[in-house]
Amino acid sequence: MTLTKGDRARRSHMPAEGTEHAAAVERAQREMLHEGSASSSVPAGERAARPRIGADVLCEALLRQGVEVMFSYPGGVILPLYDILGDYPQLRHVLVRHEQGGAHAADGYARATGKVGVCVGTSGPGATNLVTGIGTAMLDSIPMVAITGNVPSALIGKDAFQEIDINGITLPMTKHNYLVRDANELPRVIAEAFHIARSGRPGPVHVDITKDALQQETAATHPSDEEVVAGLPGFRPTMDGNYKQLKVAAAELAAAERPVILAGHGILHAGAEAELQAFAERINAPIAWTLLGIGAIDERHPLAYGFMGMHGWKHVNRAIQSADLLFAVGMRFDDRVTGNVRTYAPYARIIHVDIDPAEIGKNVAVEVPIVGDAKRVLATLTPMVEAVPAERRAPYLEQLAEWKRESEGSSWHGSGAWRDGMLSADYVVERIGELTDHEGIYVGDVGQNQMWLARYAGFRHPNTHLSSGGLGTMGYAVPAAMGAALGVPEREVWAIVGDGGFQMTSQELMTLVQDEIPVKIALFDNKKLGMIRQWQEIIYAGNFHSAHLMGPDYLKLAEAYGIPSIKASTPADVDEAIRFAQAVDGPALVWFEITGEQNVFPMMPAGKGLSDLIEEWGTPE
Amino acid sequence: MSAEGNAARPAHTAPPPRSLPGGGERRLHRLVAIVADRPGVLNRVSSLMRARNFNIDSLAVSRTDREGFSRMTISLHGDDIAVEQAAKQLYRLIDVLKVQDVTAEPTVEHELALIKLRVTEANRGEILKVIELARGRVLDVAPDAVIAEVSGSEAEVDAFVAVVRGFGIKELVRTGAVVMARGAGSIEEAVKK
Repeated sequence: MTLTKGDRARRSHMPAEGTEHAAAVERAQREMLHEGSASSSVPAGERAARPRIGADVLCEALLRQGVEVMFSYPGGVILPLYDILGDYPQLRHVLVRHEQGGAHAADGYARATGKVGVCVGTSGPGATNLVTGIGTAMLDSIPMVAITGNVPSALIGKDAFQEIDINGITLPMTKHNYLVRDANELPRVIAEAFHIARSGRPGPVHVDITKDALQQETAATHPSDEEVVAGLPGFRPTMDGNYKQLKVAAAELAAAERPVILAGHGILHAGAEAELQAFAERINAPIAWTLLGIGAIDERHPLAYGFMGMHGWKHVNRAIQSADLLFAVGMRFDDRVTGNVRTYAPYARIIHVDIDPAEIGKNVAVEVPIVGDAKRVLATLTPMVEAVPAERRAPYLEQLAEWKRESEGSSWHGSGAWRDGMLSADYVVERIGELTDHEGIYVGDVGQNQMWLARYAGFRHPNTHLSSGGLGTMGYAVPAAMGAALGVPEREVWAIVGDGGFQMTSQELMTLVQDEIPVKIALFDNKKLGMIRQWQEIIYAGNFHSAHLMGPDYLKLAEAYGIPSIKASTPADVDEAIRFAQAVDGPALVWFEITGEQNVFPMMPAGKGLSDLIEEWGTPE
Repeated sequence: MSAEGNAARPAHTAPPPRSLPGGGERRLHRLVAIVADRPGVLNRVSSLMRARNFNIDSLAVSRTDREGFSRMTISLHGDDIAVEQAAKQLYRLIDVLKVQDVTAEPTVEHELALIKLRVTEANRGEILKVIELARGRVLDVAPDAVIAEVSGSEAEVDAFVAVVRGFGIKELVRTGAVVMARGAGSIEEAVKK
């Protein structure tokens, strides 16, 4: 029926008294004020005898999924979980200082370990604070389960205290999301969330749980893995490449004279490093990698050619521009990789392997699409392709080697001091790599520091370079390093962060101290938003608006948090400062005062092609 | 600069620009999707189409005969590759079970429209006659208005609307096309168990 304005005015917006719905709303409102809620009626001493509630089911489900740590922050509606969390000592709970830090920590944990990271927040602001971290994980396909509490189900849609439509907010930026109002659904939903997060192309899944569902008594049982898969008929990732397409690819590879392999994050996700190396060696083709593909191959391998794209090596982009065949695997032809697609790899036919069919043909048209898991596709394809001996590739590989010598020689790589003797950032990154024997985990932030790290640290192993590639989230490094350090305690974890990004999430310094997480922070302080400054210098005619950034006395700041710290301002100070941090048993901070005007070169201006690299600007060094 | 290093080609032949996906000829496509009958599925589909910059012409949703399955008919304009990309993006949604682009297939296509027309004592007879001649149906007669119903292909509905427009349309609602492939093939049966 039609409801006119007059009708509506006469109707009460509250449910009629005495109805079941009215009683539910009343109950929920009482609970929001924490009067007589289910769990608080159980005295602390009688916990063992208490009934099993939704929050228990959640903890059980997390433990069944192998979760060992969660990064979280309490709040009103998620308190039922915190009320029983003490009964699950196997679940380590890291109390972060801001939910964004929790989400990045879960992300860092997932990238470093390959397992699913877990972060928890409350409704409303707790949930919205997680959003940046969830988006970061989405753009980089990171397996993560984000859990939030929500207001009691009867209050949903009533603009209750700390209520926001977080399900609507995370919908377009998660692989999948759920709103759970019934504890009996929790076992299935949590199991599905983990299955979806880690299977196929990984990604974040958000589970929003109402307070009453967390408190509800339940006898629900957990599903088997088979039941979980059977319950998701719309989620059946294609793992094996189509055989006919593999044959076509093999023929293309046999005919290629100047092939280049483009390795992306998918290699790391699939754990296909050995298969990639075997494939490259069989056809004697160079491997270029994307930002997130760093670690797909040991950089010392003779076929490891370099980092591609906007701030990639000139020789790598040159090879791509002259290639007659690109074999792209687990990468998505991002605009930072291709530049102007019109002029991208103009002579190349393209074979594109990806587990997500939607990535194929999205940004560039390709000749041979292959949908499948990188590890399985490479393992099947390698024996199918004709082996190409090094002699047949000799002229090509010699040319590539010459280009590489030329471009590395012309870089500022390793120059130590820059103009006026100020410390150069690329030198610092290189020294950190050297002094950690390239065996650490290096977590970049966003901007110039991120590019210096990618170019100069020297990577040997997969999952030892963590970087917010897709979303480009400043403030990522410190909290993500926190997660990585907890996930992989045997590696030294370094956060490489600029003064801009550091000031975005430096509150997590206290978490490092409270939870004894031994992250080493290399703070690159140029008192600038360096990449902003670089773009303003080159693209915006030197109009340096808002590029200058003040910062605190970082030694005092670190001291206030109880973190040992040291400052390095000249090339001579660098090694000693790094060793100081390494010697600290726990978190440490090194304040590198670097030059303010150094640019990352080469640089491909946005919208230009890979052949239009800028290699210097203004007065040369 | 871009031609460097390719010894096999003469230096003066600049390579042709790489073609962009989605730059081809745009035409109307019909996607049929079988989706899980769950709360929020329509929101997921429409949100995805918005976020990915696809403009939906019409979207018709209903239950199917199978419990737990709904069916969507999505009409959109785009070149073949762009629409294929839309279909692939839809597949990324966990609740989407099957998507078919039936544009190139023989199909039965139908749409329903209700049109409220202004009438007067003087032209009522003429309007009712035109509606009948144009294969419409009268659903409601009021002193100063009639509601006509017409169903058929989108083109047939367009034609009907054009014929009656002159009388003065007070209101118009169209369901958007629903389509079904001809023959024995069944998208519902094609959904994996």
